[in-house]
Order: sequence, then C-alpha cells, then structure tokens
Amino acid sequence: MSSTTDTAHHGHDDHHHGPAYGITRWLFTTNHKDLGVLYMSFGLLMFFIGGAMAMVIRAELFQPGLNVVDPYFFNQMTTMHALVMIFGAVMPALTGLANWLIPVQIGAPDMALPRINNWAFWLLPAGFVLLLATLFMPGGGPAGGWTMYPPLVLQLGDAFPFLIFAVHILGISSIMGSINIVATVLNMRAPGMTLMKMPLFVWTWLITAFLMIAVMPVLAGAVTMLLTDQYFGTSFFDAAGGGDPVMFQHIFWFFGHPEVYILILPAFGIVSAILPTFSRKPLFGYSSMVYATAAIAFLSFIVWAHHMFTVGLPLAGQLFFMFATMLVAVPTGVKIFNWMATMWRGSMTFETPMLFSIAFVVLFTVGGLSGVMLALAPVDLQYHDTYFVVAHFHYVLVSGTVFAIMAAVYYWLPKWTGHMYDEKLGKIHFWVSAISVNVLFFPQHFLGLAGMPRRIPDYALQFAEFNMISSIGGFVFGFSQLLFLYIIIKCVRGGEKATDQVWDGAQGLEWTLPSPAPYHTFDTPPVVR
Amino acid sequence: MSDETTSKRHTGIVTRLVLVTVGMFGFGFALVPLYDVICDITGLNGVVDLQAADYDAGAEVDPDRKVTVEFVATVNDNRPWEFSPEVRRMEVTPGELYTVTFKTTNEQSEDTVSQIVPSVAPGRAGRHFRKTECFCFTEQPFEAGENRDMSVTFFIDPRLDDRTQTVTLSYTLFDLGAGDEPDIDPEDAQLHAGSQ
Repeated sequence: MSSTTDTAHHGHDDHHHGPAYGITRWLFTTNHKDLGVLYMSFGLLMFFIGGAMAMVIRAELFQPGLNVVDPYFFNQMTTMHALVMIFGAVMPALTGLANWLIPVQIGAPDMALPRINNWAFWLLPAGFVLLLATLFMPGGGPAGGWTMYPPLVLQLGDAFPFLIFAVHILGISSIMGSINIVATVLNMRAPGMTLMKMPLFVWTWLITAFLMIAVMPVLAGAVTMLLTDQYFGTSFFDAAGGGDPVMFQHIFWFFGHPEVYILILPAFGIVSAILPTFSRKPLFGYSSMVYATAAIAFLSFIVWAHHMFTVGLPLAGQLFFMFATMLVAVPTGVKIFNWMATMWRGSMTFETPMLFSIAFVVLFTVGGLSGVMLALAPVDLQYHDTYFVVAHFHYVLVSGTVFAIMAAVYYWLPKWTGHMYDEKLGKIHFWVSAISVNVLFFPQHFLGLAGMPRRIPDYALQFAEFNMISSIGGFVFGFSQLLFLYIIIKCVRGGEKATDQVWDGAQGLEWTLPSPAPYHTFDTPPVVR
Repeated sequence: MSDETTSKRHTGIVTRLVLVTVGMFGFGFALVPLYDVICDITGLNGVVDLQAADYDAGAEVDPDRKVTVEFVATVNDNRPWEFSPEVRRMEVTPGELYTVTFKTTNEQSEDTVSQIVPSVAPGRAGRHFRKTECFCFTEQPFEAGENRDMSVTFFIDPRLDDRTQTVTLSYTLFDLGAGDEPDIDPEDAQLHAGSQ
C-alpha cells in the first residue's frame, strides 16, 4: 500500500494487474493467495520427504532382524520423520490454508502484514536446508527422538547446533505467521463480520495462532538452554552441575502439548466447514464449537505432564494430570456430537471432501479414545513409549489432521484453480487411503499392548505378523499419495469449469467470488448482514 | 476505514503480540527457578540436603522401628572409576547415626575432580534422609590412580512416614575432568539432587 493519497489511487489501479511473471513473483510476492500456494506446495514437498522416511522405517520393520538400514540410520529416520512431518508438512500446510482462506472468508483484501508473510514463508526453506543437511554430515542427523531429550541429544555430533538453529528458525517463522493471522482476524474483518459470525475455520485458526504465540517461544527457550548447556558451560539439564534432565521434559511438554492442539484445531475448523456444505444444513451448535475450541486451548496448558507419567511424578501430580487430561475429552466430545448432529437428517452427498471429513470424524474419534486410555496414569506405565502411543498419535494426526487437510484441498481446489478435480480419481484416492491407513496403524495398537517399544529397528518374533501387515498398509498408503499429487496437478492444468459457488450447499464469502478467485479480492469490503 | 487507522491498529496489536512472544521466551527461562521453588515448597521432587544436618542426640527414638536403607553407586558415562559402597543394605533405626564407606578409585592416569550427586528414592523420603557429613557436599579431587575410602554419616528423621519401609540412597559420580567444568551451585544441586 502506498503512503500518500495520490499514489494510493494509482496503487489501487495496480491491483487490477495480475501477478508479476517468473521466479520473482514467488520470491517477492506479498499476495496472500501466492503465499498460500507457496506454503501448501512446501507442505506437500515435505509430506513426500517425510513420507519417504516413513517408508524406510516400515521397510526396516517389515520383518524382524536388521534388514535394510543400520540401527543408527533408523533412529535418524524416526527422528527426522517426526520433525519434517510436524514442522515441515502439517504446520505449513495449515498456515497455507489460513493464508489463502482467512482473507476471503472474512472479506479482507489481504493479510494484515504482507511483507512479514513473505519473510515467514521464506524462512521455512532456510530452516529445512539446515535440518535436512544434517543427514549428510559426519555423524548423521538427529537420532535421539524429535523431543530432543537431554542428555541423549547432547551426544549428537555436528548436527546438534544445526538442529537447534533449525528449530529456532522454524519457530520464528511460525510466530510471525501467527501474529499476522491474529492481526488480520482482529483488524481486517469486513463490516458486519462480527467475531461470532466468522466461519469456524477462522475461529480455530485465531485460537491456534494465540497458542503458537504462547508456546513457540518456550520451545525456543528450551532448545537455547540445550545449546548453552552444550557449548557455554551452563547446567540447566546437567545433573553434575546441579541441573535436572527431567526439567527439560517439563519445559518441552509445556510447549509440546499445546503444539499437538496447534496441529489439530485448524483441522476441526476445516471439517466444520465441509460437513454443513454436503449435509445442506447449517453447522449444529456454532457457539458451542467456538467455546469448545477455546476450552481445549485452555486445557492444553495444564496437561503437559501426562507425557511424563513414568519419570516418577508424585501421586498428587499423577492424579492432577490424569484428571485434567481426561477433561479434554469433554469439549472434544461436544465437537464430535455437534458434527454428528450436523449430518443428522441432512441431505447428504458424498463427494471426496465429504468422504475425507466423515473419515476424519470416525478415525479422529478412534485416536481420541486411545488418548483417553493413555491419560490413565496407572495403565500408561504399560503403554508408555510403545507402539500403542504411535498408533494413537498417528490416528489423530494422519487420519485426523492430514485427512482434514486433504479434505480442504479437494473442497477449495475448484475455487483456487477454477477447475473441478477428477471426482472419480478423488474417490479412489479416498478409499485407498482410508483403508490402507487403518491397515497401517490399527495393528500398531495390538503391538503396543503386547509391549513392542517404539523407535527400535528390531523386534521379538511374536510381533512379526502385525508388523508385516502394518508395513503393507504403510506402503499402500504412502504410494497412494502419488495419486493425490497427480489429481492436484491435473486439476491445476485443466478440467471441468467450476461455478462460483462450486458446491450447491456451500455458504460463506469465498463462494461469492468467481472461480478461480481473482488475484486481488475484496478491495472493497463486502457487507455482511 | 482508511489505510492510516488500519495500519495504526496493526501496529498496536503487533506490538502487544511481540511483547507476549518476548514474555513467553522469558517465561521459558523463568520455569527454571519456578521448578526449584515448587519442588522446594511441596517437597515433590524429593529434596536432598547438600548441607550438613544438625544431629540432635537427645531426640526420642523408637528402638523397635526399623527401616531398610539401600545404597547404590553409579559412575556416569562409564568413565574409568571404581566406585562402590562397603555394604549394599542395612537396617537402621530412625533417629540414630550411621556411617557407610564408599570405596573410590580413580583408574585414570591423570589427576581429576569428581562431583558425586545424591538422590533418594522414594522422593517423599528425600527430606527425611539427613546427612551430617558427606563426600557429596564438595567436589572431590583425585590424583591419578588414587584410591580412597569416602564416608557418609546420616540418620533417618523419625518423622519419616510409616509406609516407607525401604529408602534407597543412590550416588552418581560425575567426572569433571581437570576441573574446568562449572562449579556446582550448592543451592541448585540441593533442590535437584533428589530427582528420580
């Protein structure tokens, strides 16, 4: 935007020009739609890199014994898979959706801080170059788990400072993105768009952004303490100097638990947009959805120690964290019942986004229920660090968040590209993914209950069958995502012309725009009644 | 709304959010002393004294009450040390003084300094395990190959709850090398030493 009225007028005319051409468009863009595309493309790239690491893990676990890779490399794969998927795939994909959708859903011309937006995005590739480069260093990449517990993480070689600085950079990127989202939502809503009229996706992202601003700096602090322990002789976590390694776990999970809700809350918003469209009914219990989201966000700050039941917490601590954790099931249950009530007696149709959303509701609930089991302090001693935990968080993250992101891509892709995606291929992609993800993760519950530890490249013979089934599911799930990539590319390049409303039950400001949405939208704010 | 008021409102909100970010970064570090204070107030983490306790010889002692005390000695990081207690376990009467010796040998061909950090399990027994003398109160310099018996004199505070039948005292020996490692902060170490 220009500073004087005179040039502001010319600037206004410029808005009707399209984007710049060539690589500079993407390097220097401050347009929220371009940045949304960049974020989502980056997320997709990282999804395949992290997925390739998962394929290595499942190939190693296909049969007992050390078959494919050496154990140290296996450990690098489990660690890097988590870091890449969390910070590289899911968070950028969700931020990309926020960039593309929040301005058009609240009737704003762009994000509040377009230059910050550009910078926040371009920090991500920088951070991941640092992180992924460690795999090619002497001593290899991080291998002590994504949670970076000392003293193990301090035994990392040359990769250690790269890991720490990568986490710093990714954290700064997330914080800048979050500040941008909060400023946009609070300051740039169209006239008449009151907070309680905002689409739920905007609400969940607003709350998520506050969570990120609150906890990302705590993670930055924790890894800074690791850095100074290693190189500057402090003893935050060093028992010889009077520190306590368990304290790292407290600080890490004070960040880590809100972080898992950062990963899931925007997914709740996506599903709350899609289910009403294809049920042709308004969302059931809108305001209870908003309050439930806020309640989940609040509870996320007081449940962290349920990740640490085995460190020797005092009884009072175990009880508090057990009950506080189980309390999370209440607002989450409110959401699940609201979604069911939204679908109840609706005129439902089952296009691909709806299929992914329904699968989200069902499979997220499976993951939520295993979460309640893990919350029980007395039984968690058995489940801790087993494949039961792995099954739990993959149900909520893969068949939860990742399914919701895929649903969002199918749902809004016609608005972004102006073309309908190939519905038949979309349905094939859904069914292959939905079946294989269960073949992949459901047996891991049984493995965990039987005592198979996570992050170990070999296992006892009695675990062989379930691991083979899980690996087969893993390969099918992994390779079926290439179909997803193909469907997206095909849709970008052409296809049946999409109408403005795209879906006949779709409500909201973004569906009043032409498809594809023009480069600049809502230069004149719409009026919301 | 004009551009000017919008950008003013952005500045206001961004300033506040940046302050929150900086504040939360500070809060991460504030958790460190907070952790100590909470452990200290509640005794949650099993506080072990790193200062000599006063022994009151005239206190009333129930001679029939027995508590088993176990001793564990570990060398951190598999450094070349010999470190083991003279006895593995003993029956003690709360309120009476006992002394146990730990055989310690520096098997390296260089002079070095060790710091031995105590820990008591269960954690609730930590504040009732009182030491009047202990080699863990200070750093212990060892010459190359030096062999030394080090002793700890302790009593169990009779206020220890009845359900605690066994108390384990564990020592971990940290090799600090030639002594260029950070000096131990006794207050900090006292608070953290009981962690399990």
